Amino acid sequence: MQIPAPFEYVRASSVDNALALLDRHGPESRVVAGGHSLLPMMKLRLARPDWLIDINDLFELDYLLVDTVPNNGRVLRIGAMTRHTTLLESDDIKRLFPIVIDAERVIADPIVRNRGTIGGSLCQADPAEDLSTVCHVLEGVAVVRGPAGERMLSMAEFHRGPYETAVAQNELLIEVRVPIRDDSGSAYEKVERRIGDWAVAAAGASVTLAADGTISHVAVGLTAVGLDRNVTEVEAVLVGQAPTEQLFVEAGRLTSLACDPLADQRGPVDYKRHLADELTRRVLRAACRRAAASISDITI
Amino acid sequence: MQISMTINGTFVTHEVEPRVLLVHFIRDDLRLTGTHWGCDTTNCGTCVVLMDGQPVKSCTVLAAMVDGHTITTVEGLANGATLDPVQQGFMEEHGLQCGFCTPGMMLTARALLDHNPHPEPLQIREAISGQICRCTGYATIVRSIQWAAEHPAGAAPETTTSESTEQEVHA
Ligand SMILES: Cc1cc2nc3c(=O)[nH]c(=O)nc-3n(C[C@H](O)[C@H](O)[C@H](O)COP(=O)(O)OP(=O)(O)OC[C@H]3O[C@@H](n4cnc5c(N)ncnc54)[C@H](O)[C@@H]3O)c2cc1C
Ligand code: FES
Ligand code: FES
Repeated sequence: MQIPAPFEYVRASSVDNALALLDRHGPESRVVAGGHSLLPMMKLRLARPDWLIDINDLFELDYLLVDTVPNNGRVLRIGAMTRHTTLLESDDIKRLFPIVIDAERVIADPIVRNRGTIGGSLCQADPAEDLSTVCHVLEGVAVVRGPAGERMLSMAEFHRGPYETAVAQNELLIEVRVPIRDDSGSAYEKVERRIGDWAVAAAGASVTLAADGTISHVAVGLTAVGLDRNVTEVEAVLVGQAPTEQLFVEAGRLTSLACDPLADQRGPVDYKRHLADELTRRVLRAACRRAAASISDITI
Repeated sequence: MQISMTINGTFVTHEVEPRVLLVHFIRDDLRLTGTHWGCDTTNCGTCVVLMDGQPVKSCTVLAAMVDGHTITTVEGLANGATLDPVQQGFMEEHGLQCGFCTPGMMLTARALLDHNPHPEPLQIREAISGQICRCTGYATIVRSIQWAAEHPAGAAPETTTSESTEQEVHA
């Protein structure tokens, strides 16, 4: 029977209250959102906080809204306490960022998705966390708040490495801002051993097409294959080119070289490199098709 | 710490240690042993209960997190002596063999039908995809849930009396 080590529990009533509690209880205090990563770790005693600050009453962080913000232009603002299920069922997401729907459909199972949050996913920073890749690919900005106020971090600044983020012990992730680009499409594809499992490998892509049909902007990211950043090597090759099968093949090849997977119970290194290659081609194809469709939607 | 919640329509207040998981609170403190406990790792779904109407895996929720909320366990599905259509469906379509996964399966089914009264078979399969059944092969579970969708008010009384069931069995 797995039971966490003893701790004190307190429920935060607002963001300010949560920050004050983190400050008061110091380094051995930790917030719990959905608890679907933290509680399993506490049950295995991989995490042993003295204080658990429950932020599930922070409904002020459960929102999805299209907004225009200074310096970022048009963005989708996603509150940190937004549950996976809410993301999966959102019409705005479906229309603007199909990559999120692709990913959410294969994150855990519908019941886990009722509890898990985007904030918890990003702060957990598991190398197999699907939403981390999605937010990297969409070039999201993390809004982090602490005693000294709010700071904006690119995903590269936010995500320091496996299980490590730039969020300090006395800070909270408040929101993720995702820039909305016209004439764009995005996609995610994952290979897992069985339904609901973490990725053996996964890839995501976002593509913007210019008026002449060439790729004007692209980002490609990988999950669970030892790369915490977007595959910039591929971006240089794709931008300015017409989307062709030949180009996707080259992008896949470069991606499989850029990644650095480890052999584990989910598969050997060469299999994971093969998946990085194949999945990159597939998501680029799908993202380009969706970008083209979004353009024809507008002109009709 | 002291927690209160409404469970199967009854308001309860209890003293718990903050580290007590909801599944153990329900089984050990409230003695409602219809909620099963299996993998302990958020995978099998036999511990599913409804929290404010939504299925959650109670081995991965603290009892303390449920303070002030509403819980439904399998004991709360029937309305007095009248079984929920989902329970009737599991009888009609043989949705269980050993019964270990059944409480969780039925609660997920109830939440699905409350949200979407006419699910496609694929939507049913997706809804229960976080739950493992080692006996049935799932086909009869899907049919049981479909049965409940087709009979939202339950079976007509004459087809569910124990008499007619007995006759069928002995026939
Ligand atoms: C069986 C199972 C299968 C899963 N499969 C997948 C999968 O395939 N792909 C995938 O991507 N994920 C998967 N997950 C993880 C799931 O998505 C989790 O819900 C998610 O990783 C964490 O979200 P949470 O809200 O539960 O976070 P919690 O567990 O509450 O928190 C995780 C960490 O983040 C911190 N934290 C949470 N919110 C904030 C905040 N706002 N500010 C600062 N720190 C914060 C916590 O202190 C903790 O350290 C799976 C989980 C389970 C149990
Ligand atoms: S015991 Fe909770 S999911 Fe298996
Ligand atoms: S009936 Fe035995 S596990 Fe489902």
